Amino acid sequence: MSHAATHDHHDDHHGAPKNFFQRWCMSTNHKDIGTLYLVFALLMFFIGGSFAMLIRAELFKPGLQLMQPYFFNQLTTMHALVMIFGAIMPAFVGLGNWMIPLMVGAPDMALPRMNNLSFWILPFAFTLLLSTLFSAGGGPAGGWTMYPPLSLQSDSLAYVVFSVHLMGISSIMGAINIIATILNMRAPGMELLKMPVFVWSWLITAFLLIAVMPVLAGAVTMLLTDKYFGTNFFNPGGGGDPVLYQHIFWFFGHPEVYIMILPAFGIISEIIPTFSRKPIFGYKAMVFAIASIAFLSFIVWAHHMFAVGLPLGAEIFFMYATMLIAVPTGVKVFNWVSTMWGGSMTFETPMLFAIAFVILFTIGGFSGLMLALVPADFQYHDTYFVVAHFHYVLVTGALFAIIAATYYWLPKWSGRMYSEFWGKMHFWNSVIWVNVLFFPQHFLGLAGMPRRIPDYNVAFANFNMVSSIGGFLFGASQLIFLGVLVHGVFFSKKKATDRVWEGAKGLEWTVPSPAPFHTFDVPPVIHDDELAHGHVND
Amino acid sequence: MTSGVIRRSFTAAAMLASALFGGAARANPTPYQLNMERGASTWSQVPYHLNNISLGVCVVIGILVFGAMFIAMFRFRKSRGAVAEKWSHNTLLEVIWTTIPVIILVVLAYLATGGLTSWADTTGSQMTVKVTGYQWKWRYDYEEYLGKPISKVGFMSKLDSQSDQTRQLDSGLDPFKVKVGDENTYLLNVDKPLVVPVDTKIRFIITGADVIHSWWVPALGWKLDAIPGIVNAAWTNIQTPGTYRGQCAELCGQDHGFMPIVVVALSKPDFAKWLAEQQAKSAPPPAAPAAAPAAASTAAAPKTAQVSAAPVADAQG
Repeated sequence: MSHAATHDHHDDHHGAPKNFFQRWCMSTNHKDIGTLYLVFALLMFFIGGSFAMLIRAELFKPGLQLMQPYFFNQLTTMHALVMIFGAIMPAFVGLGNWMIPLMVGAPDMALPRMNNLSFWILPFAFTLLLSTLFSAGGGPAGGWTMYPPLSLQSDSLAYVVFSVHLMGISSIMGAINIIATILNMRAPGMELLKMPVFVWSWLITAFLLIAVMPVLAGAVTMLLTDKYFGTNFFNPGGGGDPVLYQHIFWFFGHPEVYIMILPAFGIISEIIPTFSRKPIFGYKAMVFAIASIAFLSFIVWAHHMFAVGLPLGAEIFFMYATMLIAVPTGVKVFNWVSTMWGGSMTFETPMLFAIAFVILFTIGGFSGLMLALVPADFQYHDTYFVVAHFHYVLVTGALFAIIAATYYWLPKWSGRMYSEFWGKMHFWNSVIWVNVLFFPQHFLGLAGMPRRIPDYNVAFANFNMVSSIGGFLFGASQLIFLGVLVHGVFFSKKKATDRVWEGAKGLEWTVPSPAPFHTFDVPPVIHDDELAHGHVND
Repeated sequence: MTSGVIRRSFTAAAMLASALFGGAARANPTPYQLNMERGASTWSQVPYHLNNISLGVCVVIGILVFGAMFIAMFRFRKSRGAVAEKWSHNTLLEVIWTTIPVIILVVLAYLATGGLTSWADTTGSQMTVKVTGYQWKWRYDYEEYLGKPISKVGFMSKLDSQSDQTRQLDSGLDPFKVKVGDENTYLLNVDKPLVVPVDTKIRFIITGADVIHSWWVPALGWKLDAIPGIVNAAWTNIQTPGTYRGQCAELCGQDHGFMPIVVVALSKPDFAKWLAEQQAKSAPPPAAPAAAPAAASTAAAPKTAQVSAAPVADAQG
């Protein structure tokens, strides 16, 4: 890469260190740390995915064929923890690490050493978490939400709590770093309301992270003291309340849901204008919509708890607040469609994933609206309808956005073009099989199949088999992704241009491909024409 | 051969139609079921209608939005020579697509609030049953019927033995063969069902003994968590005699998937008879002869859901 630019032996300033340990373990470079985050997220995606394959294999037909129910519960719990905290969140942090300094014209993240620490905590956190699967009592089996009293029955609780603490510390440090970078390190002329929507989405997400990760840490610490130190926060026998945990957990948990989707909104808001060759429709409305969704995320937590027996007034309040979210979310979808309208579109792989995101995420939003209606939720709650809902927003939402971003920026990272043919193969396989996988789960839920069960009545057999087949093929399709990535990073002969995409705008496209080890050592002179959102007056 | 194909496709179409629009008569899940069931209680149509209305609204909005997207993708392709326009703002459109969703939401919220308020009103009940969730079975205690307290009528209700044997890992038994009559009851049958009368406002008080469970019979239209230390209340008024099946809906440990719920709704006279039998059984021995009319049929008292299904059939006839 940039080794050629090294004229003297002060490698750390001009190019990447040649020593592997120094380069990757002691890195303070936002690009290398971004790469670490992304590689880690990919690894976790395949580990979490293999849990999903086992789950779908057991659910392939009625009767237990492969595993005991308790192991099944460990798999569902670990699948969620690994995918949420190990795959989706680190992937977004990795994208933020790589792209935010490039997008705002900063030489690096504001706090480079902390950046290193916040990444290197993660492998330890997940080693700890995954090691419980091999322990005598098995891994956590009470669901990723860890509701007491059930979660207190698990022998691995202390491991899980400690690893959640580590993930929380990592996320908070990452969030502080991103806020400090965005607020302090922008190049002159990069005003807040000229920033890319992706940067805006990360700024708001980082505030959400700082607000709620300590709440999660508090909740799981109370679990720990309840189990090992004789406290009774959640033990009714000692005057505690199991529902208190759910309130605290979901006060974290709902903003967490938006932590996993707001950066996705940002990514899609970059990709659609690029391939439509038209500025984004309603830039300020897009930013304001993200901010309103973030605000609302703090006052809707109890919609996860409609079936716990809340007072009538609380159920009505949380229903109304939840329904309100449909308005800013709708604005975003309408604005993406309007950006495409009147454009000059081409359909490279990032754009295909972005379009699939808009359609399939909206389907997830529709089922979200249905779930908000309390009487209907009395039927949907804790069924496969909910499973279908959150996989539409997390897989075809968050994950598709991450994949789109990877295809979009990979040429900038590696300096090589990935194979467009195999990228499209990956897309079509993913988008078809993900629907075969998750759409029938709506029907299963409506017919009355609860979630988190390893076995079911034969009435649910047909759609479970369809869903499992979709699952296996969706999983296999991700191997294409792996192949495209390896080829696009190491082997592709096709060099990427600096601009990469014809319609691409923004500072990240003004640096060479691959992006040199250090960029914007001297703040760039910014021309508004260069920016994706340079001429905002609406 | 042709007629066979026609007959098969007709059967398939009928099955699809009944899956889509299956109404009052059916209350338990069926293969290829696509939509929620209407249920069997006075209230269960509330979630059913809300589900259908909100689904309809979503489908219409989806057709408009996705339709616009596909038109855009077709018309504004670079390969068709489309030249990008420069505009990125339209106040009127933005006001419209903010206002219309708000109006739709207000209508949905109005409908949902009405349904929710009626659900929350447990006053005026004619019967009270206490439901307790255990790892991994349910306990039912009959507290009160038609203003009279009932004591000592209560029992545990757990997965029936046929399902339990079949569901063991590598049992070699076929889940498709677990049947009561024509109905497959694999994992949806219990040794002793909850028996209740129809046309009676029944108040359930629901709690948990160890961890959180959730008591859910889809035909009644709701589920409610069974939480240790907390007593929740809900009500139902079943209109049609029948057997209604449900499952625990909150993860409660290894056998969460194996603690079904069966509610048998009898006509009021049949229920009175059943209740008298139960009371006779639980009464102390000297009192037993006093309950002579009931004692004769005590031997036939339902021991399993299989047996108790018989009076249900009578009631329907």
